[in-house]
Amino acid sequence: MRHIISVLIENESGALARVAGLFAARGYNIESLTVAPIEDPTLSRMTLVTHGDENVIEQIVKQLNKLIDVVKLLDLSEGSHIERELMMVKVKAEKGMREELKRLADIFRANIIDVTSTSYTTELTGTSAKLDAFLEAVPEEVIIEVVRSGPLGISRGPKGLGL
Amino acid sequence: MELSGAEIVVQALIDEGVEYIWGYPGGAVLHIYDALFQQKKMRHILVRHEQAATHAADGYARATGKPGVALVTSGPGATNAVTGIATAYMDSIPMVVLTGQVPTPFIGSDAFQEVDITGITRPCVKHNFLIKRVEDIAETLAKAFYIATTGRPGPVLVDIPKDVTDPGVRIPYDYPKKISMRSYRPVEKGHPKQIRKAVDLMVKAQRPVIYSGGGVIQGNASDELRKLVKETGFPITQTLMGLGAVPASDPNNLGMLGMHGTYEANMAMHESDLIIAIGARFDDRVTGKLAQFCPHAKVIHIDVDPASISKNVKVDVPIVGQVKPVLKVLSERKTKPDAEALKAWWQRIEAWRSVECLRYPHSDKVIKPQFAIETLHKVTRRRDFYLTSDVGQHQMFAAQFYPFEKPRRWINSGGLGTMGFGMPAAMGVQQAFPKATVACVTGEASIQMCIQELATCSQYNLPIKIVLLNNGYMGMVRQWQELFYEGRYSHSYVDALPDFARLAETYGHVGMTIEDPADLEEAYKEAFGMKDRLVFMNVLVDPEENVYPMIEAGKGHHEMHMSPYLNSERELA
Repeated sequence: MRHIISVLIENESGALARVAGLFAARGYNIESLTVAPIEDPTLSRMTLVTHGDENVIEQIVKQLNKLIDVVKLLDLSEGSHIERELMMVKVKAEKGMREELKRLADIFRANIIDVTSTSYTTELTGTSAKLDAFLEAVPEEVIIEVVRSGPLGISRGPKGLGL
Repeated sequence: MELSGAEIVVQALIDEGVEYIWGYPGGAVLHIYDALFQQKKMRHILVRHEQAATHAADGYARATGKPGVALVTSGPGATNAVTGIATAYMDSIPMVVLTGQVPTPFIGSDAFQEVDITGITRPCVKHNFLIKRVEDIAETLAKAFYIATTGRPGPVLVDIPKDVTDPGVRIPYDYPKKISMRSYRPVEKGHPKQIRKAVDLMVKAQRPVIYSGGGVIQGNASDELRKLVKETGFPITQTLMGLGAVPASDPNNLGMLGMHGTYEANMAMHESDLIIAIGARFDDRVTGKLAQFCPHAKVIHIDVDPASISKNVKVDVPIVGQVKPVLKVLSERKTKPDAEALKAWWQRIEAWRSVECLRYPHSDKVIKPQFAIETLHKVTRRRDFYLTSDVGQHQMFAAQFYPFEKPRRWINSGGLGTMGFGMPAAMGVQQAFPKATVACVTGEASIQMCIQELATCSQYNLPIKIVLLNNGYMGMVRQWQELFYEGRYSHSYVDALPDFARLAETYGHVGMTIEDPADLEEAYKEAFGMKDRLVFMNVLVDPEENVYPMIEAGKGHHEMHMSPYLNSERELA
């Protein structure tokens, strides 16, 4: 099963290496990992997406909690939550294709954020599935480059993951 | 009080109550060594290899329950210490290891004797720190001791760049009295609801077994465990790391379980309907094949580390907490087990016990290693005695044949299985308890991995007794090759052995060579009578003796191989 886990971690050198090392050393699968400091600069928030059966996920959560630098942790998949991922796609936009690509971007509510005479760069935010759908819709031969942030997640409702 | 970084390191250790520090100097720690030189409160023991510094600190910690401390230089000093750190990590031993580092401006430049030791040790420490400012030394060291000794204990490494200890920079010193960390709050008491559930299972159990591990020793919970065993009347088995928690002579004690455990302990586990695991971690050497592990049993698991629970074996009632307070509450419940069922269960266990699975053929021609350990017990039983061990057959023979009556008396590397551990660990124990008798049982392969420490023992007059069960082979490797590789003894014969007795003598110790079973007891008596001398006993034992019973890796508890000696006897009968 796919799980999305949020981790509040001390913003210290080596903290990211501890998490990455843990996954490598124990053979856990890691699909994506995003990390950045939050409003309290002494903390970073990490969102990681992983796959595993119930026992594996239980161990991942416990082993992450065991890291001294981890302050708090929440398996977002256990409750109702929202996920968003950012993607930027650079496409060849030459004469015959420019209108078509613009229309496609509009349909997906993607923004065109850079334009040259032969290319567009579009920016798109949504669930990972929506981003996948956009990539499906764009003809493969026009894609120059794709960059994705990996999903971020937050729980629904008034409660937050804080200290 | 204004101190330099180096002085802060030393003063912080003194303020932590550190008595001994094992180490080896080098460029990056010269400032610290200079500060060490100028104080009298803490004693530094100069080892001959950094691995021994960590093992000695580890042995000290295992015997005393206090954190062991080692100090080594950067680069090779630090990498040499890694085996000792990993050894302590696997057995959850509290230890603080200080490593020197190149000056901060040089970090990352591949400077002389630079190594990323926090990176290297990350997977084998409980936590590690790289100190970047002199202002952070005191607090970081206080955190290191706090983390090492609380929760599930473990080694903590603190990497200290040379410029941070600069004697020219002095700052006010204040050692934190209390440490509180938002990211680390170890649990103490177990959840009352979980304890209630455990009691319910214990009351209903028909065939219960207590399975206890090193956590009971490290958690100082032996008294509480003994009480629980007495009150419930349940049988108890211990892991290699847990021996001594309950006296070997206690009739409820079935001895060690697992790969070389007793027949009664393993059969009781296999047939039980309730396992009460206490401070044990379901290691593969204990469980054998997981799919066949205790097929009829519900499992209660008491452990301070939540990550230990349901890691290898699914647990029905987890109790996360310090073993000591949990056991205390558990015994206060005065569990009244099903007396009838328990009586029937004991009858079955006694039948397994009557097999006397550890019997071996006696010989008057060659010293059997089992006999060597039994005789060791005979000679040392009335002493204030500690036994350390290296790794291999001799370790298993010692675990099987030396009945430990008290906790912290059996000191060996269980999780990592580190050859070379025994002698330096004995040094740490002897340092902690100068009047006690400390022996190290070892093999001719293991002892050579840290044999240079005979010099340290000379320098500090450590009168440890080395009992070398010399069979000329890496015995456990040879045993597996005999059983599973059709006797192809690939590189397990230890050729070109030194004359150990003479070797010991060149270091200023007493050496003995013992070959005749008839001489063994007298030789031991003579050796242990020499209170102030290290005596190295080279005991030539049967080269092809095997450790039995044995469960092959990947087999179940009920699939034990018994000694061929027992099997032949059975055929005769």
